[in-house]
Amino acid sequence: MAEVLVYVDHVDGSVRKPTLELLTLARRIGDPVAVSLGNGAADTAATLAEHGAVKVLTADAAEFADYLVAPKVDALQAAVESVSAAGSLAAVLLPSSAEGKEIGARLAIRIGSGIITDAVDLEAGDEGPVATQSVFAASYTTKSRITKGTPVITVKPNSAPVEPAAAAGAVEELAVTVADSSKGTKVVSRTPRESTGRPDLTEAAIVVSGGRGVNGAENFPVIEALADSLGAAVGASRAAVDAGWYPHTNQVGQTGKSVSPQLYIAAGISGAIQHRAGMQTSKTIVAINKDEEAPIFELVDYGVVGDLFNVVPALTDEVKTRKG
Amino acid sequence: MSLRIVVCVKYVPDATGDRHFAEDLTVDRDDVDGLLSELDEYAVEQALQIKEAADDAEITVLTVGPEDANDAIRKALSMGADKGVHVEDEDLHGTDAVGTSLVLAKAIEKTGYDLVVCGMASTDGTMGVLPAMLAERLGVPQVTQLSEVSVEGGPNGTVKGRRDGDTATEQLEASLPAVVSVTDQSGEARYPSFKGIMAAKKKPVEELELDDLDIDADEVGLEGAWTKVEDATERPARTAGTIVKDEGEGAKQLAEFLAGQKFI
Ligand SMILES: Cc1cc2nc3c(=O)[nH]c(=O)nc-3n(C[C@H](O)[C@H](O)[C@H](O)COP(=O)(O)OP(=O)(O)OC[C@H]3O[C@@H](n4cnc5c(N)ncnc54)[C@H](O)[C@@H]3O)c2cc1C
Ligand SMILES: Nc1ncnc2c1ncn2[C@@H]1O[C@H](COP(=O)(O)O)[C@@H](O)[C@H]1O
Repeated sequence: MAEVLVYVDHVDGSVRKPTLELLTLARRIGDPVAVSLGNGAADTAATLAEHGAVKVLTADAAEFADYLVAPKVDALQAAVESVSAAGSLAAVLLPSSAEGKEIGARLAIRIGSGIITDAVDLEAGDEGPVATQSVFAASYTTKSRITKGTPVITVKPNSAPVEPAAAAGAVEELAVTVADSSKGTKVVSRTPRESTGRPDLTEAAIVVSGGRGVNGAENFPVIEALADSLGAAVGASRAAVDAGWYPHTNQVGQTGKSVSPQLYIAAGISGAIQHRAGMQTSKTIVAINKDEEAPIFELVDYGVVGDLFNVVPALTDEVKTRKG
Repeated sequence: MSLRIVVCVKYVPDATGDRHFAEDLTVDRDDVDGLLSELDEYAVEQALQIKEAADDAEITVLTVGPEDANDAIRKALSMGADKGVHVEDEDLHGTDAVGTSLVLAKAIEKTGYDLVVCGMASTDGTMGVLPAMLAERLGVPQVTQLSEVSVEGGPNGTVKGRRDGDTATEQLEASLPAVVSVTDQSGEARYPSFKGIMAAKKKPVEELELDDLDIDADEVGLEGAWTKVEDATERPARTAGTIVKDEGEGAKQLAEFLAGQKFI
């Protein structure tokens, strides 16, 4: 069977959930070979094997952290060449993070391949993998494939279930020479984001978002309390972010995160097209808004016309009571 | 020596319009009004600020797109850019990201550059891959997704910027020439002044075709594309949900719904 390279997104050896979803999709197309780079790369192997990686190619060098993107492209290119030389390579899959897309973009140019970004589903096809995408603020669903070279595809988080599927996961060191031309952009400093203890926004099964209706940073704990009662991540509209009430990393929408949870709850958000672009593929959508004309109500499975300051705290209490 | 800045801007269908696919499964550009991609306004703004902080700089706005894409160039010129380059060719219809990056890279090289400034993503394709592709093709550093950017030392100087990533904030630095992209966190774009709009009418816009860039027609367009859209279906409108008015029971009713869906 052909092999599929899966680029591993991990933090110091702990594999992030979107990578495990990639392994589920990769298995539909071929045998997953994971590529794990940087500090802690070897520590990812056990988890990757549990989720279907037949092989884990690792490389750790200071350059991966010291320079932006390009050294990782060198490594992935080396992986492409080594797998292609030994057998046949069906595709390269990466998570649709800003970095994943940039690595994929440069790799595609280097190996003379086409690239598809933000796939939400993937299946094998007669002429190579077929990717499903959701475009124009999710008003269209398209199916596309790559017609030149080895398909490079980035996949959005929450596009496939995480499925255990034990495989060998044999660790092999990948020989990488980082080119001088890949050391152009120095990472002068890196400040890790403080953990909030809540689930990651793009990975969460439930997201509770607040908008301009929250009316101040001091009121966001109302949203956070509901999120915590549900074990959810917290999101915000751009209006709330621009007002300085919540960090930009929590922004949902075209220029923020794109989320696709099982349940999305929007409180005090009108539902502008740019906001929809980031949440419209959520499975179940709920809105609380005091304006019954708000466009968000066109999308909802359940909507409550009312003041969020009454509804949200009461809902939090209900959830807590029911959960016991 | 003057700092040569090239800003890449895209002409896109208005996101608030009813966007569609044409019969050949390319983006229908006839039905919906087009405009300068809002995310590229931030790129023009940062280029203008870099120019204002430099001793001597010149900004060229570059677009690859149909005839109407000229509107995007005019808008950028009216904001304060100095001149435009418009690559337009019948054979470009249906070009994908890889092909567009080829055309842009050749046009940037032909124009001459020390700094290329892009938006974070186009508002229609929303791929966010072009800047990285350009850096790869031009063989220069990629300093992308910046919410803060500055240039020191003119054409042989350095570019610095702040990249707010998923898990960390990074301070980046590279020598020119380089490709940067800026996010919508980089600062509101200015509105063109009346004077700016009048002045823009007299600014030069160079028209280029594929021949001028030594690109063969079969390297681009729908036929030359590296990807193929096989099917596009309009997503069925979400079936109307239940809407209740909160008269004291709203939270309870909602909790009931959530419990029914097994979320609680
Ligand atoms: C290029 C571009 C990119 C953009 N990217 C994004 C993006 O990524 N994400 C994004 O969200 N937006 C984005 N926007 C902005 C978008 O167009 C909207 O301006 C924004 O989403 C509005 O946020 P909002 O719904 O919170 O505010 P508003 O539109 O002001 O809506 C607030 C809502 O709260 C309701 N409300 C007020 N008080 C209460 C209360 N007490 N109880 C209940 N309801 C209440 C009101 O009825 C109203 O419907 C972008 C815009 C542009 C041009
Ligand atoms: N046709 C085009 N002409 C000029 N610049 C473009 C074009 N397409 C994309 N760009 C630039 O590349 C950036 C990212 O685009 P994309 O990768 O398509 O999301 C945009 O913000 C523009 O700066």
